Amino acid sequence: MFNIQQQPGQAEAALLETMGAVPAAEGEAAKKIEGRSPWRLAWERLRHDRAAMISLGIIALIVLVAIFAPVVAAITGHGVYQQFRGPQPPLGLSATDQPVGPGSAFLLGTDDQARDILVRIAYGARISLFVGVVATAVTVFGGLVIGLAAGFFGGWVDSVLARFLDWLLAVPFLLFAISLVSVVQIHPIGPLQPGLPVVIIVLGFFGWAAVGRIVRGQVLSIREKEYIEAARALGAGPWRIMFIDILPNLLAQLIVYTTLLIPVTIVGEASLSFLGVGIQPPTADWGEMISSASGIYLYGSWWYLLFPSLALLITTLAFNIFGDGVRDAFDPRGNLFV
Amino acid sequence: MTRFLVRRTAQGLFVMWLMTVTVFLIFFIGPGPALVARTLAGRQATLAQVAEVAHRLLLDRPWYVQYGHFVWLLLHGNLGYDYYHSQSVNSVIAQAFPITLSLVVGASVLWLAIGLASGIVSAVKTRSIWDRTFTTLALLFYSMPTFVLGFLLILGLYYELSIHHASIFPAPGTWVPLTQNPLQWAHGLILPWFTLALVTAATYTRLTRGSMLDVSGEDFIRTARSKGMSERRVIFRHNLRASLTPVVTQFGLDVGVLIGGAIITESVFSLPGLGYTAVQAINQQDLPVVIGVVIVASAGVIVANVLVDILYAVLDPRVRLH
Repeated sequence: MFNIQQQPGQAEAALLETMGAVPAAEGEAAKKIEGRSPWRLAWERLRHDRAAMISLGIIALIVLVAIFAPVVAAITGHGVYQQFRGPQPPLGLSATDQPVGPGSAFLLGTDDQARDILVRIAYGARISLFVGVVATAVTVFGGLVIGLAAGFFGGWVDSVLARFLDWLLAVPFLLFAISLVSVVQIHPIGPLQPGLPVVIIVLGFFGWAAVGRIVRGQVLSIREKEYIEAARALGAGPWRIMFIDILPNLLAQLIVYTTLLIPVTIVGEASLSFLGVGIQPPTADWGEMISSASGIYLYGSWWYLLFPSLALLITTLAFNIFGDGVRDAFDPRGNLFV
Repeated sequence: MTRFLVRRTAQGLFVMWLMTVTVFLIFFIGPGPALVARTLAGRQATLAQVAEVAHRLLLDRPWYVQYGHFVWLLLHGNLGYDYYHSQSVNSVIAQAFPITLSLVVGASVLWLAIGLASGIVSAVKTRSIWDRTFTTLALLFYSMPTFVLGFLLILGLYYELSIHHASIFPAPGTWVPLTQNPLQWAHGLILPWFTLALVTAATYTRLTRGSMLDVSGEDFIRTARSKGMSERRVIFRHNLRASLTPVVTQFGLDVGVLIGGAIITESVFSLPGLGYTAVQAINQQDLPVVIGVVIVASAGVIVANVLVDILYAVLDPRVRLH
């Protein structure tokens, strides 16, 4: 074996750089040649994509609303759990005990419990974004670790991943998720705790295999590249090759996939809550609001159904448009990603 | 071919077995047995009465004994009896399945037609106003949660029209069997069909467009054109046919999953299909019904996957099944 590893990092980096094969986005290296890095190029392209920038603005707005939900409550003077049943105004229920429509007292109307829908939508954004981001992070991280291992080491890790994928494809996901979550809501099992934890774990558990498959495919093709051979020839160990040479080349794709996975996860959480097994009342959650509204909207309170639905739709639409923009920015010719 | 079918069936049965065991475990680790016995015995029941109910339903036995009992019945083609009404699960499923099947078959025809047509137009007339319109609509419907679209359609097309005395669309929950009156059957299912079809079609528009654009750069398309073949023939016989593989895969996955119950669409429109039945059963921890639906659902996925593999071989002469 070669042994020129007194200064492993520098020697290898210098050699690879002269070969012109170093992936330009490696931590410090990226800063030195900032002007020309693919990251910079992608950002320039993204900045000139008007639809993506507008949707980024909308996402930022939703994030702000979520963070400052208590401020929304303070401005309106209506608490998230506060029920306006009278007798002093404002009244949150009509004379026939029905919710009150949009007006000056309640901008987006009230729900069946005489609570302010605007304030509850603001608080609901917290749950949607939190679950969307955390469950996606769990999914991507799990998929990355297992996909890297399967692609790099092959062998039994690879077989297990393949079998598990077959199994996941044959599982009626929603049916399974509902059974599991509904049981846990009454009877916690280990780390599966009622409320947010079980929703996040279930969404992550059913999502990681798809990420794992993509990462595995990429690793299989990257590990045959010349610069991996060069690193190996220089004596780099498997861990170094995996994290220093392969991982940075996966980042662009992971970022695109993560952006596009967030809206899917948000819809997943809302669906579970809509079916009554996710986030439980009285917590303010968009899916739960739509579910409660679905029981009474045909008696006239369309606003109770419409506004949480629009909040959910605008959020997923903004994330999808932004995700498409990010993908086009990294891959303008459209041949890297499926 | 025979070997392929045998191997895939064996794999499918294994997956199905794994799922029934998992559902049994979830039930018995969870609050299931106690909850069912308490609910059935009623609020006033003494502990002894609860225990007696549990004993009668075999709920006081370990899960593997129950599982053995379940497998024994299953081998005789019997899925058991539901806990609450002692109705046979076979008949519960026989009632729910036609509803789900009607919903899925109608919707899948719609979404294939919408998705393929818009995808082909978008690919052939890239960057035209049609392409932009379809791509934007696809993005909108792709982002639309199924229940949001369903409720928006009910609000806009049923509720608004009804209060203005123009009831064109039936109330949610309308279900008339096909054999009874085909016209009313279709009329009752229009909104659920479009709900399921529009959210699903968006993926097909994107898939067809992307796949056809990829294939249009291939050599055999150039060859076909240079032979003087008509543009229509190039598009449909050469480009579309070679682009269909990912569409067929997606179609198999979608139909396979939905056959086991279009849970959300059925819930929005109160259609008592398999998905709706399953959600009710899960809420009551009615294990025999849940298991019954899980078996039908996984069988749906398995059959759909095998059919997709066979279709590959039909579409692409290079594919051999083994």
